[in-house]
Amino acid sequence: MDTTDRKLRTILAEVLGLKPAQVAEFTADTGLFGDLPELDSMAVAGLLTEMEDRLGIVIDEDEIDGDIFETYGSLLAFTRTKQADA
Amino acid sequence: MNPASYFCPLPGGAAASEYALTFDRSRQHRVLIAPALFDEGHKLRRFTIEVMRRLDGAGIDCILPDLPGLNESEQDLSLIEPEDWRMALEAAARHFGATHLLALRGGGLMLPDTLGGWHYAPVNGASLLKTMLRARILAAREAGREESIDMLIEQGRTLGLELAGYALSSEMLRQLGELTPTKRLTISQIEHSTLGGGALWLRAEPDEDAAQADALAAIVAIGIAA
Repeated sequence: MDTTDRKLRTILAEVLGLKPAQVAEFTADTGLFGDLPELDSMAVAGLLTEMEDRLGIVIDEDEIDGDIFETYGSLLAFTRTKQADA
Repeated sequence: MNPASYFCPLPGGAAASEYALTFDRSRQHRVLIAPALFDEGHKLRRFTIEVMRRLDGAGIDCILPDLPGLNESEQDLSLIEPEDWRMALEAAARHFGATHLLALRGGGLMLPDTLGGWHYAPVNGASLLKTMLRARILAAREAGREESIDMLIEQGRTLGLELAGYALSSEMLRQLGELTPTKRLTISQIEHSTLGGGALWLRAEPDEDAAQADALAAIVAIGIAA
């Protein structure tokens, strides 16, 4: 697990209120927002701001669609792409 | 824990009674809480009260006032500016005879200059606004409408804007975007990482965390005793 992976899991644990041990078990196929109805637009917006602050990326609203948040793997892949752009 | 109220000055020279939650036994040390703003205020309210319970247990009075336009306040938020919140906190500090301040998140953007204290998890006004703008764009998209930050800012500049259910005036948007945490020798900033654990204002649902409340109350209680 590299730094980006670790940081992303930490942020998700905070937003979802999960224990570190639970997010440590996330795999690329773990479903995120489709499986978690309590994640409303405000929570997603907070998550994006936190990702920008802690992962050193800038996320444009146009890039955000449901696919990014479908699984942990898709969110990590999106984050890595943004870091490569930065 | 008791409900109380204070007279809060309003724009245009009027005044209104605002609600405050207090642990008040007329003790020597009295902490005025500057609550987190907007949605973060709801997410952090339980945590805030847990911190107050611990301060009460440590022999310290504390007061959590409503700011005009937020929480139970009957004032129209769309007529309020951050400067009104500063005046509200000043009025509450006078009314309750506060000796110290504890600000949470955006509550530390407009502190009265008469008191010193602590600012937990400081945040810029611009970051608060950006998160709320994003939430609005995401909600609009789910409803099949496309909005952009630039478009919303342009609209807000003349007409004001409703963000995450809060009606913000053009003046509120302008001032909030420029506010940064109060920097003063008498205000100590406490980064969230000092408390450990996840940030409660990020949670999808309001929550509390006993260890974090213990840690924040301890910093304040030890600081007051010093």
